[in-house]
Amino acid sequence: MRRIDYKLIEGLVPDGATVLDLACGDGELLAYLIAARNVRGSGVEIDQAAVEKCVGRGLSVFHGDLDAGLADYPDQSHDVVILSLSLQQLRRPRMIVREMVRVGRLAIVSFPNFAHWSTRWQLFAGGRMPVTRDLPYQWWDTPNIHLCTIQDFRVLCREEGLCIERELYLRSMDRPAPDRPVLPNLLARVGIFAVTRC
Amino acid sequence: MTDAKRTLSKEIGDVAMSLDGDAGSAGIVRTRRVSFDQPGRELVLEGGGTLSPFTLAYETYGTLSERRDNAILVTHALSGDAHVAGRHSANDKRPGWWDMLIGPGKGLDTDKYFVICSNVIGGCSGSTGPASENPATGRPYGTDFPIITIADMVNAQAMLLDHLGIEKLLAAVGGSMGGMQVLEWAISHPDRVHLCVPLATAARQPTQAIAFNEVGRQAIMADPNWKGGHYYGGKPPAKGLSVARMVGHITYLSDEAMQEKFGRRLRDIHDYSFTFSADFEVESYLRHQGLSFTDRFDANTYLYITRALDYFDLTRQHGTLVQAFRDVKARFLVMGFSSDWLHPPYQLKEIVSALRATHKHVSYYEVESHYGHDAFLLEREKMEGIIGAFLSSGAHTFALRR
Repeated sequence: MRRIDYKLIEGLVPDGATVLDLACGDGELLAYLIAARNVRGSGVEIDQAAVEKCVGRGLSVFHGDLDAGLADYPDQSHDVVILSLSLQQLRRPRMIVREMVRVGRLAIVSFPNFAHWSTRWQLFAGGRMPVTRDLPYQWWDTPNIHLCTIQDFRVLCREEGLCIERELYLRSMDRPAPDRPVLPNLLARVGIFAVTRC
Repeated sequence: MTDAKRTLSKEIGDVAMSLDGDAGSAGIVRTRRVSFDQPGRELVLEGGGTLSPFTLAYETYGTLSERRDNAILVTHALSGDAHVAGRHSANDKRPGWWDMLIGPGKGLDTDKYFVICSNVIGGCSGSTGPASENPATGRPYGTDFPIITIADMVNAQAMLLDHLGIEKLLAAVGGSMGGMQVLEWAISHPDRVHLCVPLATAARQPTQAIAFNEVGRQAIMADPNWKGGHYYGGKPPAKGLSVARMVGHITYLSDEAMQEKFGRRLRDIHDYSFTFSADFEVESYLRHQGLSFTDRFDANTYLYITRALDYFDLTRQHGTLVQAFRDVKARFLVMGFSSDWLHPPYQLKEIVSALRATHKHVSYYEVESHYGHDAFLLEREKMEGIIGAFLSSGAHTFALRR
């Protein structure tokens, strides 16, 4: 079954757009967007094995480290730049968001919402760092070094002068939130933001 | 012969492989030659004039498909030759220079692909070069040989493909100077190549590389045996060529690789000899590399090929690199090597950026290695998977388009 978050992202991508997928992994999302939206897609990925899989799928991928920025990519060279569920793993998340709106006309960022009630509850009741299905790591070995909440991301957008075009949420990885969600910062596991420079 | 051997080993399976102990080898191969001596088949040179007649030495591995859609051209570097894989005889000690990547089941799988490699024009391993006979004088060309360029090498290869009946290559693959030829293929023959894999190379010869080449050339030309390039029949400028090769070798290694390979180790002695003999292992290694090179390489070819390298500059020729790649149709896999300081990764990324500027299909892959420039001849495991994946996904799109 197609991942729900990919479906929601697909809904934000115009047909035939030029798409850059940051931390594209083995290229599943890109391959999906190419098939569903006929996009001209390419990716950036740091992991060698994942790059090899992308290349094996016939995708165009750049083997590189996002923490070094996107210096090789000119301003406004893409219609859409995507960062799916990886913002929290970057050393300089603010820099990369800035880079995304520089390189792309539309930036789509999805991330696990650390203010979801289950993480809040674990911290509140157990007094320990939350370990959930979406964030399954102990604090000492987690790759997720910059966790944020939906509210945090809105604040970042405001500080960066970014307009939020769309905000979508996942109740879980296989269930989208209803159209008019109540308390997304409490009830959504994942936030998907489409932002532009204002 | 290759086919017969492979069929045989397929029939008797593992037994044959264990018997010949050379599983994955392209087998016994021989260098062929084709002469272009008919009127109207001269090589038109970039620097003006023509070269005619001329000969190309080449080897092939695997079988050309009926649709002629599985041909891969491998282009060689400065000191390479047509012998890229397999062995010339059963007791041949050294396989071809990229044997690690070419053979049945390897990255360039000769069970699937028809691999071709030819000695460049200007070379000294079977193709026409400065040591060949000048038809005007009946004596070797020497420095009367015309200056050749990377584009000339590529145009000669295109004539070889015509001869072999191959209209379009599935891929062109090569490192260092071979990578420059791959770039030139994509630009000057955009309809004749589907996939390009340039490795450890640059779109323009970097200043530092020109500098090292100039040291090599000066060493050759300072050798009293060089005699303005007309030394054939007498003693060759072996000393000069050997120094040129020593300098070259330093640029192919890295600080770390040298530390690891030699350190400050002394050779067969416990203390300094307090003479100028080769006390250090690194000295003895370089002397050996230099000397053994003179047995198989012609000093004038070294001059001509380094000149071709130095003249290579796609930006000079086309205005900008983006402009150079504008009409390119091939898909690219560009590969850099982390410790390569002759062609550092930024030079490869420059190629990638320029291709990306006009939305060409391009992937970049950086091999983590401490071997320096030589890594592209050594890092089999880190290269084989990605190249194999690129070729097979590309073979699919090639077949669809036809």
